[in-house]
Amino acid sequence: MILTYITYFLAAFVATFGFCVMYNVPTRTILASSISGAFGWLVYYIIALQFELVLFIGAGAASFLIAFLSQWFARRYKMPVIVFAVPAIIPLVPGSSAYSMMRSFIEGDSEAALLFATETFLVSGAIALGLSLNSGLFQVFSSRAFGRREKRYLP
Amino acid sequence: MQQQYTVAKIVDICVEAGRVMLENGAETYRVEDTLYRIAKSYRLENINVFVVPTALIITVQGDDGQDYTELLRMNDRNTNLEKVSMVNDLSRQLARKPLPPKKVREKLSNIINTPTNFTRLQRNLSMALACGGFTLLFGGSYMEVLPAFIAGGLGHYLFEVVKNWTNVSFFAEMVASFFIGMLSFVFVRIGFGLDLNIIIIGSVMSLVPGMAITNSFRDLMAGHLLAGVAVLAKALITAGAIGIGIAIVLAFL
Repeated sequence: MILTYITYFLAAFVATFGFCVMYNVPTRTILASSISGAFGWLVYYIIALQFELVLFIGAGAASFLIAFLSQWFARRYKMPVIVFAVPAIIPLVPGSSAYSMMRSFIEGDSEAALLFATETFLVSGAIALGLSLNSGLFQVFSSRAFGRREKRYLP
Repeated sequence: MQQQYTVAKIVDICVEAGRVMLENGAETYRVEDTLYRIAKSYRLENINVFVVPTALIITVQGDDGQDYTELLRMNDRNTNLEKVSMVNDLSRQLARKPLPPKKVREKLSNIINTPTNFTRLQRNLSMALACGGFTLLFGGSYMEVLPAFIAGGLGHYLFEVVKNWTNVSFFAEMVASFFIGMLSFVFVRIGFGLDLNIIIIGSVMSLVPGMAITNSFRDLMAGHLLAGVAVLAKALITAGAIGIGIAIVLAFL
């Protein structure tokens, strides 16, 4: 059981690390991004696959956690949030279901294709919602703490 | 208050900053926000910025009531988060203390000429590692990690090579995914790896536009409908190209 979690953690860590290098993330923040990516996937795995709740909730909670960690790292390293958030949501993004959807369409299996399409749009909607929910909360609470601030749309 | 620098120069540096950000994969709302801030820090009035993934328009009004507009057409995009973060830092610096446009231009060209942190070999190796990791995440066993590592890494290398040779859109994706499909099939045939589907899905993760789909949803939710729909369409066509490449292989099994 514990071994499964460790395996998934390491796999998500490595996957995020690979995309960090691909996206040319500043060298000193690669570890932080990879750790938040790994924790995000772990949350997604536990909620969506272990407790078998709907994918939407799992992906939303995971991306919310990633956004939260990214905000924290962004303050610590004094860098914009996307440096941490963009690589970290890579394990969650529905690239594989987008590909499976198109492949099923091409092979003529429209039913499977529609299933994959629903999954693609729900998961990416959930990720976007989780990220913007976090930045909304962040703005509400930080504007009081730091005095008047110009509104802006964080990721 | 009298403007210290000519408006045209300021608009110029805004466009240049926007070009660097868009080229390196910043989301459209971030580009609009940053350009607005840069123009605002020089105390310009009536700033309007419009950014879609392929173009950028900025209009500001000078002290004399004259409008200045510049349009930039964008073609090529890749992702380099370090440069995006550097331009972001620059815009914050300008908000604190506006520098002369000449100096800003120098700083921007410094940012453009910053070399990437990693060599091409390192990038390809790390993509291969990521592909290996993805097989585990999609429910594969340890048997599938090494085949996906090899197929994903070589596939991504081929993708970069073909992309440099030709400018036909989506051709590189198709060739690379065809190659990945063939290689995975050969691996499974000779008993190196068990589940063909898992190996293929893990290996094509270096090509699929998952990031683009998520970004398009973020753009849509931020109210940038045009940019969101454009990015989504491109992502779907990319996924289609990869699907065609794999489907060709599987059709002849």
